[in-house]
Amino acid sequence: MPKVTIDNIEIEVPEGTTILQAARLIGERNAADRHVVPPTMCYYSSLKTSGGYCRTCIVKVTKGSDKDPRPMPKPVASCRTNVMDGMVVANTTDADLLDARRAVTEFLLINHPLDCPICDQAGECHLQDLGYEHGLEASRYQFERRTFDPIDIGTTIKLHMNRCILCYRCVKVADQLTDGRVHGVINRGDVSEISTYIQNVVENDFSGNVIDVCPVGALTDRTFRFASRVWFTNPVDAHRDCPKCSGKAVLWLKGQEVLRVTGRKDQWGEVEDFICNECRFEHKDLKAWTVEGPRKIDRHSVIGQGHYELKRQQRMLESAAPNVPELNKAKQPDR
Amino acid sequence: MGRKLLLEHVGKPGIQGLEGYRANGGYRSVEKALRTLTPEAVLEEVKKSGLRGRGGAGFPTGMKWSFMAKPPGVPRYLVVNADESEPGTFKDRYLMERIPHLLVEGMITASFALGANVSYIYIRGEYFYIHRILERAIGEARAAGWLGKNILGSGFDHEIHVQIGAGAYICGEETALLESLEGKRGNPRIKPPFPAVKGLYDCPTVVNNVETIAAVVPIINDGGEEYAKIGVGKSTGTKLISAGGNIKRPGVYEIELGLPCEEFLNSDEWCGGVEGRALKAVVPGGSSVPIVPAELFFKTAKFEPRLMTYESLADGGFQTGTMLGSGGFYAYNDAQCIVRSTWNHTRFYHHESCGQCSPCREGTGWMEKVLHRLEHGHGRMDDIDLLWDIQKRIEGNTICPLGDAAAWPVASAIRHFRDEFEFHATHPTKVKDPKHFEKEPFVRKPKPVEA
Amino acid sequence: MGATIKAITRTEGTAPFAFSESALAECRTIIARYPEGRGKSALLPILHIAQAENDGWLSVDAMDAVAQLLGLRHIEVYEVASFYSMFNLHPVGRHVLEVCQTTPCMLRGSDDIVAHVEKRLGIHAGETTKDGLFTLKTVECLGSCGTAPMLQCGAKYHEDLTPAKVDALIETLRNEPTRNNYTDR
Repeated sequence: MPKVTIDNIEIEVPEGTTILQAARLIGERNAADRHVVPPTMCYYSSLKTSGGYCRTCIVKVTKGSDKDPRPMPKPVASCRTNVMDGMVVANTTDADLLDARRAVTEFLLINHPLDCPICDQAGECHLQDLGYEHGLEASRYQFERRTFDPIDIGTTIKLHMNRCILCYRCVKVADQLTDGRVHGVINRGDVSEISTYIQNVVENDFSGNVIDVCPVGALTDRTFRFASRVWFTNPVDAHRDCPKCSGKAVLWLKGQEVLRVTGRKDQWGEVEDFICNECRFEHKDLKAWTVEGPRKIDRHSVIGQGHYELKRQQRMLESAAPNVPELNKAKQPDR
Repeated sequence: MGRKLLLEHVGKPGIQGLEGYRANGGYRSVEKALRTLTPEAVLEEVKKSGLRGRGGAGFPTGMKWSFMAKPPGVPRYLVVNADESEPGTFKDRYLMERIPHLLVEGMITASFALGANVSYIYIRGEYFYIHRILERAIGEARAAGWLGKNILGSGFDHEIHVQIGAGAYICGEETALLESLEGKRGNPRIKPPFPAVKGLYDCPTVVNNVETIAAVVPIINDGGEEYAKIGVGKSTGTKLISAGGNIKRPGVYEIELGLPCEEFLNSDEWCGGVEGRALKAVVPGGSSVPIVPAELFFKTAKFEPRLMTYESLADGGFQTGTMLGSGGFYAYNDAQCIVRSTWNHTRFYHHESCGQCSPCREGTGWMEKVLHRLEHGHGRMDDIDLLWDIQKRIEGNTICPLGDAAAWPVASAIRHFRDEFEFHATHPTKVKDPKHFEKEPFVRKPKPVEA
Repeated sequence: MGATIKAITRTEGTAPFAFSESALAECRTIIARYPEGRGKSALLPILHIAQAENDGWLSVDAMDAVAQLLGLRHIEVYEVASFYSMFNLHPVGRHVLEVCQTTPCMLRGSDDIVAHVEKRLGIHAGETTKDGLFTLKTVECLGSCGTAPMLQCGAKYHEDLTPAKVDALIETLRNEPTRNNYTDR
């Protein structure tokens, strides 16, 4: 089995494991090592061919395998690059790499509306986390941002194309989970958009999963629209007997009221079992569910009470700071 | 007068048709390969020739072919990249239009070596009229038994199809080309796997440029060693150069690699010198390669004469060198504005970015907007550093080389012509006239060159 | 910039689309070029044919007909058609003048040619004349840098342009009753 070293931590992984998966295995082995796990915006382990687009998970392969003739060091997308024996990878221990990730963050944000105050995804948005950990204090982009009108793609899903980062996850959900994709990516370059092209409705038993996989607030639940900020809700694990799906879900409660139903996400923010639209949209009644207990929320970066705390980067700094004086600069705006 | 291996017969009567082509020795390489050589022997000749990919990357062709996986029972494909879209490049169009059978012949011989029974020519949509020329040539070759079943009684079957594109520079990238050939959006694939293992329809595939495949014909006819005698070092054989811009004699020229750059630009046999005015800068290999100021085109930083070879043009790295690329050569006279040209280049890459990965999708448009602002007299001094920063952050961080190709022209323009960018920030009214350097050329202070 | 999502509906534009018999025959020949089950490969060439049969642009009806012919989902066709710059998703004039504006052409005066056409036709790049005769498009490198400046109209390249040559071309086209298509032989 190939051995790989990520940020000075070694792990042995099965053949065919990607660098990202290896890093996650390190994080799962020891929670204190979770800082070696690169952030992901487009990769999704349960969606085939996902990943590679957003470039946030780039890492630097500082030493390749003896078998690999390609010149190193080289930045690669960790989600789509397999580990080779003897590989040495830098994620948080390389200043250039962290700068490259800051660059990707900046690119993802230049056309983003930054409308978090009115966005239902706020508080559980991966772009928010990424921006907080790797972003600048102010944008250097001084041009008009590209804009699209929000549209309803069916009775339950709202598309805010302005917020989209073109991760393709929703397209892959439609391709791999549903039986008739009607939406996709149209146009090209920076005017590409997720669209049905003609007015069309995304309607399918599993279409609601596009909301869960969307890393930003581009696809949101119309039945939850403006109902509450997520941090004011109380999430509980619950299940019901469902002929279509596993029925394992998270109910987001306010008192006894079910405001929203979503799939259960693992520690990497990925849905464990995709749920059907009936579970998601049609059983907003606590009595329809068997509650298992409170949902543990992993507060990895954004914390409430008007106070932001950056746990992850602190840990990164603690573990890596002696080697990387430049890391301290990461907190400063670029210019 | 240099030797011509590809264009020797261009212009002869009837050369576009099979009869005229045969009369000038056409299809000899197919006869030789299928009757007297094994596929391995053909590959060996190509390796010996030192031929390097003529589409721009310059990767050794023999090595690329040898990577082709050969799982039993799985078809293999040769795909010819005729998507020629690199600004400044029009050699493949010239070759396909004037001597289409040379490509067809090269494809049969190459496919024999690769064990491919079907090959495709992916041609850019704008070249629809050449698509018709190729179809005619393929039809003639088929009727004469050069294509089809059991060619020359060798047991080798081969069929060629032409696939038309529809307007997308990115489809010149080999994996985007394969996606497009499969009827999809031209989004480059994430590599590995490389096409040699998993290419068209998930089968092993070699993608080669038109000129590369055409060069297989003289290599097999005369032997790889003979071919390798032409040129300098690892730049062997002849290369088609598309010459344009402000020169007296634009056109396609076949040069022996190793020709001094100065001779290529100034000799009446080739470009015939700069039209009317002084030479300001040169882009020698298509818009993606770094632009170099006149003095660095003629001489390397070590003050050695620069030659038209992969190595010599790249001498000095990006600090003082550039690249041979696709051979899309264009020269700038001193009426031209480097900022305007850089804006133009960047607009091109912005327009052609597929939009798949974020640095290229967002970064190219951002650079275009900043350059537009500078060129139109609304720029500021710190725009130059901003541009430098954006290009640096795109380079190396994208799925395919389009990101690098968009970054390099910006980087090289700032590297060599920074004072001209500064002039735009400090003289907004002057640069508002689109032809601001026509009456009064910008006088650049050449930077001291360190070897 | 501004909003780019347009509420495109099936009824926009013209009459329902149907391939002519000869076009269908050509489509079948094209589909036969690819291995079994790889019919989607025929999408680009068939979209070109559909565009030529539909007055130079791809209506939703035309794209849906292509989807049906190839057994594809409609969105697969929209995705592809909207990616490639030669496919027009909105109606165009009878003669589409595509002037190359990329650097090698710019060095040889393409800016002047664009300005001349704009003045001559009274439209900006991207617009169609009121009489529906001409659409002007500025396009990126067409591989004609040695004979720059140049423009493409249908399958034909018009090279080494001067304002006088452009004028003559416009006059010739004005009297040409039929559209020049990319697919013209």
